[in-house]
Amino acid sequence: MSAMSTAPAPVELERPDAEEDVSADRPWLAIVWNDPINLMSYVTYVFQAVFGYPKTKAEKLMLDVHHKGRAVVANGTREEMERDVEILHSYGLWATVKRDD
Amino acid sequence: MTDVRRTRHGVRVRLAADEAALLRALMEQLLALIGGAPGGDDELAALGIAENAEKPDDPVLARLFPDAYRDDGEAAEEFRRYTEMGLRDGKREAAGLVLGALTGDGADVVLDEEQAQGWLRALNDVRLALGTRLDVTEEWYEEASAMDPRDPRASLFAVYDWLTMLQESLVQVLWEPLP
Repeated sequence: MSAMSTAPAPVELERPDAEEDVSADRPWLAIVWNDPINLMSYVTYVFQAVFGYPKTKAEKLMLDVHHKGRAVVANGTREEMERDVEILHSYGLWATVKRDD
Repeated sequence: MTDVRRTRHGVRVRLAADEAALLRALMEQLLALIGGAPGGDDELAALGIAENAEKPDDPVLARLFPDAYRDDGEAAEEFRRYTEMGLRDGKREAAGLVLGALTGDGADVVLDEEQAQGWLRALNDVRLALGTRLDVTEEWYEEASAMDPRDPRASLFAVYDWLTMLQESLVQVLWEPLP
């Protein structure tokens, strides 16, 4: 999902519950929440840089965050989503992981 | 005086002496807030794993290192334990990159894409810190414009406004096609 990340790679660590997460059938989500500080242009740029999304898709997601208060920006395994959220935190975005339900 | 533009060699950022001095002070405050590198004698710390995984009390630190799970305190702590030290290192590195470009006369640097992203992250961290302290809302600009210049927050809003302009310029220039 987020293989095109261009952000600095955080240290990869073995997590004790990794196997159980991979086998889970329900996917996990990375969610970005609206905040009054991050610039609309910057958030769009971060979605492009982190996920490799085209600008139009990045802009649409940014507008969803802005107008609806949050947007799902990626989905995948729990490990993948935690990694995406870690990268989004490195850019200062307010992001969380959630099981899809 | 702030000048950000796309050149054939990368993104050129020029700052006046007073702007560079301001940015230096802000980055140094950010570094002080984030804290020093952990001691080398701690094996877990050497692996980037923290022993203390509690959400910081300080609202600025809590905003720089937010909980990754909203309704699962245990998972949030676990995530923090495995990521916060690495995130701190990254933020220190980005602030250091900006500091390295500042001289007593100002700044005149040409950044490649990766360095420009480092600048964006560091500028954003400083905006997050200042914005959280000022408790800014989405209407901050109107609020600041209407503020009595004698209000002690007025100068901080002016700094926030300048940082916002600098960050916005960098993003816009990164979107420009190469000349």
